[in-house]
Amino acid sequence: MTTRSAAADLEHGATPWLLVAALATTAPHVEHLPTWLSLLTGGALAWRTWLWHRRGRLPHRAWLALLVAACLGGIGWQYRTLFGRDAGVALLVVFMALKPLEMGSRRDALVVVMLGYFLLLTHYFYSQSIPTGGWLLLATGWLTATLIRLYGGAQPLPQIARQALVLLAQSLPFMLVLYLLFPRISGPLWGLPQDAHAGLSGLSDRLAPGSISHLIQSGAIAFRSHFVGEVPEHASLYWRGPVFDEYDGLTWRARSAPAGERPVPPAIDASAPAQAYTTILEAHNQRWLLALDMPTTLPADSAFGFGLEVLAREPLRARARFGFSSVLAYRVNQRESPAVLQRALRLPAQINPRARALAASWQALPPERIAEAALTLFRRENFVYTLRPPLLGANAMDDFLFVTRSGFCEHYASAFVFLMRAAGVPARVVAGYQGGEINPVDGYLTVRQSDAHAWSEIWLAGQGWVRVDPTAAVAPSRVEQGIAAALPDGDPLPVVVRLDADWARQLRNRWEAANNAWNQWVLGYNPQRQREVLSRLGLRQPDWQEMTAALAIFSALTLAAVTWWTLPRGRRRDPVERAWQGFCAGLARHGINRPAWEGPLDFAGRVAREKPELAALAAAAASQYAELRYGLADAGQLQHLQECVRRIPKPRRRTI
Amino acid sequence: MRPFALVQRWLFRLGRDEELPIVLSQRRIFIVPSAAGLLYAAVLLVMAVGAINYNLSLGHALIFLLAGLGLVGMVHTFNNLFGLRLLPAPCAAVFAGETARFPLLVENPRRLSRRALEFAFTGQPAAILDLAAGSSATVAIPFVASRRGRLDPGRITLSTRYPLGLFRAWSYPHPPFSCLVYPRPLRTPLPAASSGQQTDSRHGVNGREDFAGLRTRQISDPTRHIAWRAVARRTDDQPLLVKQFAGGASDELWLDWSLTPADADPELRLSILAGWLQIAEERHLPYGLSLPGSHFPPALGDAQRRRCLRALALFGTSEAAGDD
Repeated sequence: MTTRSAAADLEHGATPWLLVAALATTAPHVEHLPTWLSLLTGGALAWRTWLWHRRGRLPHRAWLALLVAACLGGIGWQYRTLFGRDAGVALLVVFMALKPLEMGSRRDALVVVMLGYFLLLTHYFYSQSIPTGGWLLLATGWLTATLIRLYGGAQPLPQIARQALVLLAQSLPFMLVLYLLFPRISGPLWGLPQDAHAGLSGLSDRLAPGSISHLIQSGAIAFRSHFVGEVPEHASLYWRGPVFDEYDGLTWRARSAPAGERPVPPAIDASAPAQAYTTILEAHNQRWLLALDMPTTLPADSAFGFGLEVLAREPLRARARFGFSSVLAYRVNQRESPAVLQRALRLPAQINPRARALAASWQALPPERIAEAALTLFRRENFVYTLRPPLLGANAMDDFLFVTRSGFCEHYASAFVFLMRAAGVPARVVAGYQGGEINPVDGYLTVRQSDAHAWSEIWLAGQGWVRVDPTAAVAPSRVEQGIAAALPDGDPLPVVVRLDADWARQLRNRWEAANNAWNQWVLGYNPQRQREVLSRLGLRQPDWQEMTAALAIFSALTLAAVTWWTLPRGRRRDPVERAWQGFCAGLARHGINRPAWEGPLDFAGRVAREKPELAALAAAAASQYAELRYGLADAGQLQHLQECVRRIPKPRRRTI
Repeated sequence: MRPFALVQRWLFRLGRDEELPIVLSQRRIFIVPSAAGLLYAAVLLVMAVGAINYNLSLGHALIFLLAGLGLVGMVHTFNNLFGLRLLPAPCAAVFAGETARFPLLVENPRRLSRRALEFAFTGQPAAILDLAAGSSATVAIPFVASRRGRLDPGRITLSTRYPLGLFRAWSYPHPPFSCLVYPRPLRTPLPAASSGQQTDSRHGVNGREDFAGLRTRQISDPTRHIAWRAVARRTDDQPLLVKQFAGGASDELWLDWSLTPADADPELRLSILAGWLQIAEERHLPYGLSLPGSHFPPALGDAQRRRCLRALALFGTSEAAGDD
């Protein structure tokens, strides 16, 4: 037991808790804050720590006001605004850094803690990964411990930590209930600021030499797919992204939709059963959905584009799940509209004369043979597959085909399509991903940015659009085994892709499977997923009223359970009291009951009158108890009292 | 009675607790969010809007965890008071102007340690107590005694914000506390000792028969003792002189109400008596006390001291009439 006087002042010993809290909640922001702001934050906290150590006086408020104004100016200058996501986060960090400098009372300290809780949320703007979640859980624990320190006074650190852990553990059921049942609204509630979707990577809506070899440097995951049946073999995994049919001599672009023309659904003649699969696609801020060639069933709110690619209604701004089924052996669009074919033959005039001449020499051949001739060229003539091709000049295709002869998939695909068009075969470039790697931990096929690929498609009468992958002619292992096997060792590939050691690969697989589960169940828990879960719980098509009712009921049940669980009970009776109760119970068997109000000595007196044979024992026990309870007695006397309990004779059986 | 007062009386069960010990059951514990709790709720609300707007799943999780934390904090704040047993103990008497400390035995019979329990009388400073599981301790609740007499400190506000400060739980135990407050002693020179046992309290006060000398006047000296002639002889502004009279054969010190200035406030006269009593105690002089209506023959010792101070404290109150 301790007694201390009440004070609204901040205790000296509580300050370090708040400083650590401020540090823990601002530190992860260093990654995306301007350097001067990070330095200022660190400096302010260090200054406050020094003041605490020296028990120095806090700076005058006027100085702080000046400092805050200067920071506001700095942020306004840095971000060109004081609103929006990034500037807002910077402001919060500044407040968190400077508030401790005027922290004199418990109320100020409280503001720091609340600011800390708010700052936790802002980290999720930038990352919602497992490590972020873990760090922020720790920070939540620390902030909670800080509150306990503020309101519970000085205690040993482990005691506070345990109390904070207990509180957080008991709030977990609430979190679970709320997470599952709280009616989810799919945001945004208002227009998001411009910077809300910065930094998403993926295929671009144009293809130039270098665009895919640049993307391939990233080991980031593009999407994961889970097949209902067996996963098709590596060489047939062509995930179709944007399709390019306009070439300006340097860059391939998807054509813009001509006014009034709408894409027609393709005519697919399947020669194999369809494969069903689910794809969890990372946000890439584009509309295409990367279905396996050739999709027969599309997810809701999506449709085919002009190039047989699947397009969502809106650019994909958040990770989402899509269900598809595709056939891998097919003939598609054996009848194609003349407009499309016309477009698939167009070339810019005059450039690449040597390539044109070569193509012209093939013009007499049937289309299949023309394609064959081009592939033979790639296969025979020492073409090199590399991430680091030499630069190409104005006649890029001529340079590539006849001079440098080294390039990446986008070079081969564009050169092939150029030759085909020049020889009169309708052709186009398709970008997407090729292959993927099965994660044995959860069975998901993982496709990374490094699996990005470009290939070609030609239209043959009677066969429709046929995929031709010229890269496969140069580097067959690219298609059969993946990018790591096809590239020379010196080429810069991301480490995750090149992992050779078994244990490292396994570790990566486990980590990515955990991430996948995290993404699906924690991050991907959206209104749609919530409906799925609720219908599994027996709530079919719940409206928000039913959900609110369910939420209220489950929250109340959880609250009742937690209250019941934590209710202080299990009286810890002290041993003296227990021994005395034991003695009274022993005498009760002899027919003498002690009412609760009767004191020990009075009770002994009554025993002496009613059962003289027990008088001595009762007097001894009563005086021992009185001594122990009200006087100065040592532990030895407790044994005497317990001895008295043992010496109570067994009551004689009454004979009837 | 105004409706608000009625509601308050019904809700908080104003009135003394007759049954001891006082056990804090759920009927007696009240709990509302504190200012900190309201701020917390506001912060959570703003965070929720942010999380929904930016579609932050983990943000939702954080907010739900914090909301749960608030509720759990409420339960724990309530539990911090629940099941405590309070037993008042007699309070040591104090002089007016001192702080009376009302001892309250707080028993924690449960397997849960309690922290930051604040005990305060209305408008008085608080005492804070931490209690380990299954232990008991006595907390001394301060009350600044300003007036002499029987002090009834009223109900205790037993409150706590532990562990998170988001809620304030409180209870109004009202144990039958009382404390005797002696008059604030005013130290003036002792009256002269006198001889003989009085038979008449109104008259025959010691030390008025034989002139013994002069001394400077104190506030407690009756005006009729002023040595006007001696004063008149002096020219400058020196203090007034009073005649001192010697007592009889056996010197008995009587602290007599009538020795104090008759025209002074009764409270002041009591203070003078208390001051004399204190000096006599310090000098180990046996003393008697004579008040209108009660007399305590000269004696020395703790019993005498308490008897006399009690008479001074309760002088003129209804309790004094029933005494002795």
